[in-house]
Amino acid sequence: MPTVVIPALLRKFTGGVERVEVPGKSIRELVQRLGERFPGIDRQLLQDGDIRPSIAVSIDGEIATGGVLDTVGENSEVHFIPALGGGEV
Amino acid sequence: MAESTTTRDFKVIGTRPIRPDGVDKVTGRAKFGADYAFPGMLHGKVLRSPHAHAIIKSIKIDKALKLPGVKAIVTSKDLPAAENKLEQSGEMTVNPMHLSMNILAHDKVLYDGHAIAAVAATSPHIAEEALRLIEVEYEVLPPVMTVDAATKPGAPILLKDLRNNEEGDKPTNVAQHYQFKRGDIAAGFKAADYVIEREFNTAMVHQGYIEPHNAVGIYNSDGQATIYCSTQGAFDVRSLSAQVLGMPVGKIKVVPAEIGGGFGGKTTIYLEPLSVLLSKKTGAPVKLVMSRSEVLRASGPTPGSKIKVKMGATKDGKLVAAEIWMAYQAGAFPGSPVAAGALCIIAPYTIENFLIDAYDVVVNRPKTAAYRAPGTTQAAFASETVIDELAEKCGIDPIDFRIKNGVKEGAPQVLGPPFKRIGFIQTCEAIKNSEHYKSKLTGKFRGRGVASGFWFNAGMQSSATVNIHTDGTASVVTGSPDIGGSRASMAMITAEVLGLPVTDVRPITADTDSIGHTDVTAGSRVTFATGMAVYEAAKDAERQLIERAAKVWEKKPDEVEFRGGMLHAKGNGVPPMSIKQLAPRFARTGGPITGRASVNARGVGPGFATTVVDVEVDPDTGKVQLLRCTVAQDAGKAIHPSYVEGQMQGGTAQGIGWALNEEYFYDDNGTLRNSGFLDYRIPTCLDLPMIETIIVEEANPGHPLGVRGVGEVSIVPPVAAVANAIYRAVGVRMTQTPMSPPKLLKAILKHRGATQHSAAAD
Repeated sequence: MPTVVIPALLRKFTGGVERVEVPGKSIRELVQRLGERFPGIDRQLLQDGDIRPSIAVSIDGEIATGGVLDTVGENSEVHFIPALGGGEV
Repeated sequence: MAESTTTRDFKVIGTRPIRPDGVDKVTGRAKFGADYAFPGMLHGKVLRSPHAHAIIKSIKIDKALKLPGVKAIVTSKDLPAAENKLEQSGEMTVNPMHLSMNILAHDKVLYDGHAIAAVAATSPHIAEEALRLIEVEYEVLPPVMTVDAATKPGAPILLKDLRNNEEGDKPTNVAQHYQFKRGDIAAGFKAADYVIEREFNTAMVHQGYIEPHNAVGIYNSDGQATIYCSTQGAFDVRSLSAQVLGMPVGKIKVVPAEIGGGFGGKTTIYLEPLSVLLSKKTGAPVKLVMSRSEVLRASGPTPGSKIKVKMGATKDGKLVAAEIWMAYQAGAFPGSPVAAGALCIIAPYTIENFLIDAYDVVVNRPKTAAYRAPGTTQAAFASETVIDELAEKCGIDPIDFRIKNGVKEGAPQVLGPPFKRIGFIQTCEAIKNSEHYKSKLTGKFRGRGVASGFWFNAGMQSSATVNIHTDGTASVVTGSPDIGGSRASMAMITAEVLGLPVTDVRPITADTDSIGHTDVTAGSRVTFATGMAVYEAAKDAERQLIERAAKVWEKKPDEVEFRGGMLHAKGNGVPPMSIKQLAPRFARTGGPITGRASVNARGVGPGFATTVVDVEVDPDTGKVQLLRCTVAQDAGKAIHPSYVEGQMQGGTAQGIGWALNEEYFYDDNGTLRNSGFLDYRIPTCLDLPMIETIIVEEANPGHPLGVRGVGEVSIVPPVAAVANAIYRAVGVRMTQTPMSPPKLLKAILKHRGATQHSAAAD
């Protein structure tokens, strides 16, 4: 089952738990399941149905580019991290 | 060059051909933004706030409009309402409302130099005269210039709508809090034999590009607009201008001019929408060019910072804990690169226990923009100074200390996922084995310092087209403005794939209507991501060449091979055919050959650099003289080694300027007092020794040619390296930038006083 690593400031939604195993084959499914299990956390990750522009998704150590459409493997590790770069225009 | 780990036998890549745009640039034929001129063109000027923080009570433009030669004046009333939400824009995110408020102040001015109105007139002088006739009534508010001032209870609030996730509906100047943690911080410090804790403050500095911002806007009566400007990202200028103007993206074409430096500062917009707005009002092309003063006051410098670092190590030199608090001055609107700084600050090292808190704070200074490895030089100044101090406590050579704790393939990144193949240790070893580091530094008040740095690099979207011409030469078209020699790299990649001499490939930077979407030239991404698109486009052309040769030879494509720049028919005595021989037959075999590719590049390989500097300090004046400097950087595969070296030298030179001289100097009213290059002192060739370079080539497995980005990471170590060298020269640990003569002298005198006092007490 894929593992989602919860960002430090969102662990208030998970009772402090850092790593959560979540069933799903795409980022969309993982976020949906996370939201079902930890109400409110999905709203922190999504904007207009996709990952917030201020957040990047790392799948197995690599920054993914497809937002909620990206697929994950059975043993994938997923991190939600600040979108990096030069900041905000 | 250090030993290459890229083992492929390249013919073009790794050589040093003359840059394709060289002749135009040295003869003055290259067209920069300010060179554009059109019949009937008007000239624009911008009225800027003399106050750092004030409510705009009224703006009266009647007198200015009556001045002969004045054709139009625009204020924020001419801009459509923009949404207060975050959207993606290339490497950055954008809040359309804040962007609009920065282009022309709405109800408040938020920094000295904030644009209030723009005038179009028949000459720049008349436009300037008109600015003096615009009457603005202000209610001046107290300026908030520092993180401390912005966060103290009762601080004046800059943006009434700004909220963060932690303070509920309370107005605030703290736009964002990031936190990263791992392990058990208390247990980590308990295991430490040595703990160092220091506070660092860095000054706001500017990228210092030579060419000021410029734009020519032409709005046609059919609703189409064209913008000519100097930019790092024509597609970003198009989308951001469309946001501000409320126009569809497809109605704007942006033509990127040659660029006289950007370093991150030309990844956003200032004048571009104003030129279109004024053109729309007047029906004529309108050109705006900033003065140097305007560039410094009102474009996007990098944040000043306050950083507290506490780190612990065991006696044998193992880093065991780090606790970091950092706050960056975002400028007037949210969005400093403090998150990037937080993720880079200890990135070169494996530390099992850490806690990093990072804050983005708005202040009455210009909205900050990207600057080479945004947010990371400030951070590395703090962490690399403390690491130097810990190495000293442990009695370990500072390079060996870094090697002992340095990250290797498989080590966890700050965020957790493991690093893939990286070359940090190799950069340390390259410096350790350098003639420079092995040489003995002698003489009074001289010292040697080292420091390292990390930067993520970026991927993002790029497009490329490779056209094979009827004489067998080629052109490669991309949408990436060339700010560091990328035309040469793109031509070399094309030439390598197609087996052509590089002089047979002409690289073109296209406008936004002539190539597929290409994100901004930033994040050291062009040779990596646009290079990947070019590689794929050339491979696409190669596939078509094989099909055409098969047609000529009446064979199947799988019976034809392309190698060494020649097409070979498998299995019989047909002589091979060159592209030049095949090209005249394109028309008879299906028409022109155009290879195409668009990528959203994955497989980014991060960059590391390690720098050693020797300095001599004048203890009577505090003046620091750089004696020698060597930088080692992991480039992955260096496509054009000279331009890689140029990037390493450029980044290092900027880092040294940041260390020793550069700072935004504001008075108590929040007015910038050094808005010119005489007073804002960037290094010249007289200030710097030859910067020696060692390219480490640890191939990036995520790129077909092993490429990493090379444009940024070399700016990260120099500030800390200089501070560490100063310490060894005069025994003073500097914790603020710039380490300019007055500041260093003060520290030396304080240190001398403390030492004498201590000696007297003994």
